[in-house]
Amino acid sequence: MDQLEQLEARSVHILREAYREFKSLCMLWSIGKDSTVLLWLARKAFFGHVPFPLVHIDTSFKMPEMIIYRDRLARKWHLDMILGQNKDALEAKQTFPDGNSDRIACCRKLKSEALKHTLMGDWPRMRMDHSTGQYRIDESTEAFTGVIVGARADEEGSRSKERYFSPRNVESDWDVDDQPPELWNHYKTDFAPGTHVRIHPLLDWTELNVWEYIERESIPLISLYFNKGDGTRYRSLGCFPCTTPVQSDASTVAEIVDELRSGKFARIAERSGRAQDKDDGGGLETLRREGYM
Amino acid sequence: MENTSPQKTETAARGAEGREQLSIVIVGHVDHGKSTIIGRLLADAGALPEGKLEDLRERCRKSAKPFEYAFLLDALKNEQTQGITIDTARCFFKTARRDYIINDAPGHIEFLKNMVTGAARAEAALLVIDAREGVQQNSRRHGYMVSMLGIRQVSVVVNKLDLMDYSEQAFEAIRSEYAEFLARLGVETVSFIPVSARNGVNIASRSDETPWYRGPTVLEQIESFVKPAAPTDLPLRMPVQDIYRFTEHDDDRRIVAGMVQTGSLAKGDEAIFQPSGKCSTIARIEGFNSSEQTQAIAGQATGVTLTTQIYIKPGELMCRADQRQPRIGTQLRANLFWMGKSPMVVGRPYRLRIGAARVQVNLAAILNVLDASELSTVQGKGQVDRHDVAECVLETVRPIAFDLHNEIETNGRFVIVDNYEISGCGVILEQVEARTSMLHEHVIRREFAWDKGNVDRGERQARFNHKGRFIVFTGPTGNARHELAKRLEQHLFRKHCNTYYLGIGNVFEDLDADEPTRSVSRDEHVQQLGDLARIMTDAGLLLITTLAGVDDYDLERLKLLNEPNQLFIVNVGENIFSHFPVDVQLPDGADTRDAINVVIRELNTREVLLDYCI
Repeated sequence: MDQLEQLEARSVHILREAYREFKSLCMLWSIGKDSTVLLWLARKAFFGHVPFPLVHIDTSFKMPEMIIYRDRLARKWHLDMILGQNKDALEAKQTFPDGNSDRIACCRKLKSEALKHTLMGDWPRMRMDHSTGQYRIDESTEAFTGVIVGARADEEGSRSKERYFSPRNVESDWDVDDQPPELWNHYKTDFAPGTHVRIHPLLDWTELNVWEYIERESIPLISLYFNKGDGTRYRSLGCFPCTTPVQSDASTVAEIVDELRSGKFARIAERSGRAQDKDDGGGLETLRREGYM
Repeated sequence: MENTSPQKTETAARGAEGREQLSIVIVGHVDHGKSTIIGRLLADAGALPEGKLEDLRERCRKSAKPFEYAFLLDALKNEQTQGITIDTARCFFKTARRDYIINDAPGHIEFLKNMVTGAARAEAALLVIDAREGVQQNSRRHGYMVSMLGIRQVSVVVNKLDLMDYSEQAFEAIRSEYAEFLARLGVETVSFIPVSARNGVNIASRSDETPWYRGPTVLEQIESFVKPAAPTDLPLRMPVQDIYRFTEHDDDRRIVAGMVQTGSLAKGDEAIFQPSGKCSTIARIEGFNSSEQTQAIAGQATGVTLTTQIYIKPGELMCRADQRQPRIGTQLRANLFWMGKSPMVVGRPYRLRIGAARVQVNLAAILNVLDASELSTVQGKGQVDRHDVAECVLETVRPIAFDLHNEIETNGRFVIVDNYEISGCGVILEQVEARTSMLHEHVIRREFAWDKGNVDRGERQARFNHKGRFIVFTGPTGNARHELAKRLEQHLFRKHCNTYYLGIGNVFEDLDADEPTRSVSRDEHVQQLGDLARIMTDAGLLLITTLAGVDDYDLERLKLLNEPNQLFIVNVGENIFSHFPVDVQLPDGADTRDAINVVIRELNTREVLLDYCI
């Protein structure tokens, strides 16, 4: 077994463990490459099926192409899509693009808070109706107790401390100093009422591993990652006001793999195009402690 | 907008399969300099992102702190203020030869569970010792943990030798003391390396400071660790994680899924599931977006379909009929490391997890508690405290399929869950037999203490016209069991029987208690139910309940707990028991009146009902 096969096997094992142990389980799908690989791994783990809903937090500032791509794959792969949004903050224009908030506070409102309440089920959720392809208010308000997330340890400092199964308390807080032990394929899957667990099947994957896997499996990816002639491409996707592309001529998956192997980006952080990281003192620790993904 | 193609491309996997990834843990006492060693290693091997070192120097300068290489790893803010590594930080690093994950395990005793997490992931270990302080209690404990966690390649790094003027004598003193200690644990050290992480001596390059040292640098040592081969030559052990039946989009496959721990399996192999002993043949190895596979080997997460429909549950162990079988039993002698907040005590139920099995376990006896730092033993201890290593006897409430740790390592180790937390881990030394089981002891004690009234059983039967019985409706989930059970109660009651339908959901305050739950222990429920049934059947009642997803062991336990009274099993639908006798077998979907009549007739035949009461 090569490295990618080992990584795949571990991720599949973790996904199956999550599905076995959590009655109310969902997966976050940001549309980006990592969570799309995660979605692909779920199809591997469950032999073509995705037996839990996918949750997408719509900040309303995502690049339009991301939304089209999301709904297209959702229909093609029969995904149980759920959308969440901070409607109040958007209606009150309490956002960074509206000029009424700094970046960190904007992320906190549009992502962290929207996510928290979408998972808890106390804010309205939208669910795709596959007969029409449209979203409708979700009748279920059940809280999710297991949330699968595509975080990788090599992205930035705080994520390197994560567990595969990482408990959060009622307030979605992460107690970094007191984390459960994980050993021999045994994870924390028993949890007290009121808490939930974040599950990180991609923890051991690097950016290069993700691209190599996309290449090996021919995973359909959004085209924003590729250079379309202007010498730039996105290396990490987010809201358009806070995300900038990198200089790169890579226009195919193979070229991106070669680019990463060449070490071109070895000295530049993957999320260097994500402005909120810099505003949070170089790491995402403040946001992550509060529930940011 | 998508680069879709249904099959793998030709170019797939170019180059990727050539690269090997090795996982290393770096362990040592607090302040002995682990993080500095890794920081230095990353910096000297040129593995840092551009500007990271400068950023950090700048940040240190601003806050008037001396710069330290350790800060590179201690990425979180609260660590930099405390100056110690709190969790297992993973850092990725590559050389021309291969990729590495380095787990920086915290040295402080408070964080031993984090150290266990880091070390359990590793294929090789670096044990760090401070040359000035020598072998500390915690260095010994770490040596013990590394040995128990099964890491076979260990190198000892003696750090801060600059503070000892690079003295060969100081280095040799530590080497001889620690090597002797580790040898007693069966840990063979591949090297002892004298270093000064702060000055970069013997980290990535050799130094004039230690002309007497001829061995490898830390980097050279890491590069020469051998990646352990996948254990494909051992007998097959595949813990069954789940059984999938996704019926959407006309998928009628019933897939047994799990990760192959050891050995291999192939299409056509005769599979045997333990501990139930059920057999079938592997029809196909299932996959998604892959060409059809004919075999699966150790390390792969796979799934198979079988040629026959057999009823098995998640938690069983798939083995091959042509190979050595695991041991099956309820009692085992084990070495256990405890990291729970509360001590492990006799009499409190815990959950044991081995492979994919989860089962209630009790601490039956503490044989001795080992002081891991001194390798001396303490006897007669009544509990296992946090950070103790104990040799003890554990007893599960139902049989498990296991191997001894020295036979098949991955199936000879387990973790123990207490109050939702993984609180202990251990390795199995031996199967114990011929002890009276704790359940038997419970029943013996209970019966001994039972103060009988003056009305004897015969009098009661004569008055009621029937015997007391515990009537249990079993069968797969979602069928007519409930309806039948309630109708039986109604029917018997109208015939003047003393009968009661027990909806156990109400009793156990868990509405799902009647369904095979995914994570809640039903073993405790079974014991409570058995004790309750003993009382009610003794009162002469025809106690009726329904249980879904129970297996032979559940029924055996109920039978034992209900003694001296008896069970009466009505199974509806597929009979999933391999040996426990069913008193009445009913097809699912049968006419209710007919079904009740069959049950009544059998109760008459068995002389449970003394009058003919249809």
